[in-house]
Amino acid sequence: MISDLLSATVIIGIISSGIRLATPYLFASIGEMFGQRSGVLNLGVEGQMLLGSFVAFYVTLETNNVWLGVLAAMGVGALMGLAMAFITINLHATQGISGIGFYLFGMGMSNLLFQKLVGTVEGVKGFQKISVPLLGKIPVIGEIFFNHNALVYLAFLLVPVAWFVLNKTTLGLKIRAVGENPEAVDSLGVSVAGIRYLTVIMGGVFSGIAGASLSIALLNVFQQNMTAGQGFIAVALVYFGGWKPFGILGGALLFSMINALQLWIQVLGIPIPAELAVMMPYILTILVLTLSVSKGQGPSALTKVFEREG
Amino acid sequence: MKKVLTLVSVLLVVAMFLGACAQTPVAEPPAAVEETTQPLRIAVVSPSSINDLAFTQSISDALMVLKAEMGEGLEYAFTENMFVVDDAAAAIRDYATKGYDIVIAHGSQYGSSLQEIAPDFPETVFAWGTTVDTFGLPNVHAYEAASDQGGYVNGVMAGMLTKSKIIGVVGPIETGDAKLYVDGFVAGAKSVDPDIDVRVTYIGSFSDVALASEAATTHIAAGADVLTGSAQMVVGAIGKAEEAGLYWFGTQADQNAFAPSTVVASQVYHWEGILREIIALRAAGIMGGHTFSADLQNGGQVINLNPEIELSDEIKAKVEEVIAGINDGSIVIPKP
Repeated sequence: MISDLLSATVIIGIISSGIRLATPYLFASIGEMFGQRSGVLNLGVEGQMLLGSFVAFYVTLETNNVWLGVLAAMGVGALMGLAMAFITINLHATQGISGIGFYLFGMGMSNLLFQKLVGTVEGVKGFQKISVPLLGKIPVIGEIFFNHNALVYLAFLLVPVAWFVLNKTTLGLKIRAVGENPEAVDSLGVSVAGIRYLTVIMGGVFSGIAGASLSIALLNVFQQNMTAGQGFIAVALVYFGGWKPFGILGGALLFSMINALQLWIQVLGIPIPAELAVMMPYILTILVLTLSVSKGQGPSALTKVFEREG
Repeated sequence: MKKVLTLVSVLLVVAMFLGACAQTPVAEPPAAVEETTQPLRIAVVSPSSINDLAFTQSISDALMVLKAEMGEGLEYAFTENMFVVDDAAAAIRDYATKGYDIVIAHGSQYGSSLQEIAPDFPETVFAWGTTVDTFGLPNVHAYEAASDQGGYVNGVMAGMLTKSKIIGVVGPIETGDAKLYVDGFVAGAKSVDPDIDVRVTYIGSFSDVALASEAATTHIAAGADVLTGSAQMVVGAIGKAEEAGLYWFGTQADQNAFAPSTVVASQVYHWEGILREIIALRAAGIMGGHTFSADLQNGGQVINLNPEIELSDEIKAKVEEVIAGINDGSIVIPKP
């Protein structure tokens, strides 16, 4: 039975499922990483994803234009990011609690709008699969890696881009410095609040796209509460990935592929209880977190309020 | 001073957000003044939303049927999205306090709350489901769905339609009416041909649409050509069956229109019969203690065939035969 898992069908299935499942995590986690690197923990990712997911679905349903859907999701995410930034940066609200507030808001609002504007569960024509020219024709490899919709490619392209922005640009340097030592950055005349506004809004934009990737690219349907905790997993993946884009990529892929693996275990009838199979990705995440993350590795100023002296 | 200001503004914002998630009452306007008899007042508290194409929608649809029948004689209120049990308990108590005649807790997770609340309101009829437990309280009814019956009928059809002899099932959590449905479905498919491989996955969630969709994709990659599933997260899975040009069998609410070329049939819950019985019992002074089962015999379960999909006469005849067999007891659905 266990040997059934080693067939080509299963391995192709696990990797391509893993790539699809990882897509929303990549958008949301990379966005969250920028916020955290600048010192802001946003627990509202789930709410931003839900609202982004609904808005993308609704706009696509009305206009038949998936890119407008993505744009709308980005806008809603940006607005929620802006509100989060105002509450935590200007009003000095506790980051964790405000994040939970935004989660509840996103969930309630997406439900309400769904009921008022759509009314019943229906499908939408979302992003179509694009086979990359030449590469998509390679046997096996082409099927696994080069036969996805546009948002899947974008999610994976985002990883090196985020790495570059964070490590090789002045903006990235400022973000990292604000997260480590805001007082020093402030004394150099760089606006701590400005940088944090930017990263938190950017986080909201990416969470919005993460939601859109579910409702108009991977599933093409909206259902209440459909993110099912993925926004919180995305926050955990930032820790898992050590606040680094490629670490997050590894974490997202590992979590998603273990999830795909447990589905195959159930489908192939391997005698492991479903409850146990379902827990596998979570147990693994906790294990890796406890084994790999040492204390003090995160941004020093994370969750700390910055107040100018004098 | 600044701290106080901050605290207050945060609280205000959070309160505003919570307000946005609170109940969306579908209450009818108060009855006209000149009316002599008081209308019957029913309140329902339910875990998901009334348009979930599944469990909550089924009870909401039943209320609509009653409303159409009773008109001014019925006043109802609905509180949906009460997946937090404490919130649901507050809503149940609230409705009882407001003097609703019948309060329905539509979720098996609400049991212990109801057990606590019901004794405080002896004048109120409570009903909850899906379960069979009335706690021995004089004002609590229980209702369940014999979803294994419709599951069996769906399974028989699936067994006759599959060519690969592999059928995939996308389940939420192995409990309640979802488990009943899945067990009935497996038994039905196996009754056609014991060699049919019915593969069951439980994804551990009622809401994870993405994982349900991947479960369907996995079944399809493993060779399944007919799929089914239970609970509100299956909408993504139906989409995958549609993309692959395969068949799907629905349950809880009518999913036929959602994917007309894919959904062969849906087992639909009709709670209105049970609601009518509860109302009649109350009129006769009986406040609780009954256990109801919605099944094919009493019309609490109905198999809706999708007219868009051509079924052979053989299959249609078999469906009638199986339903008749379940009703007269000649077919006994085996429990696993």
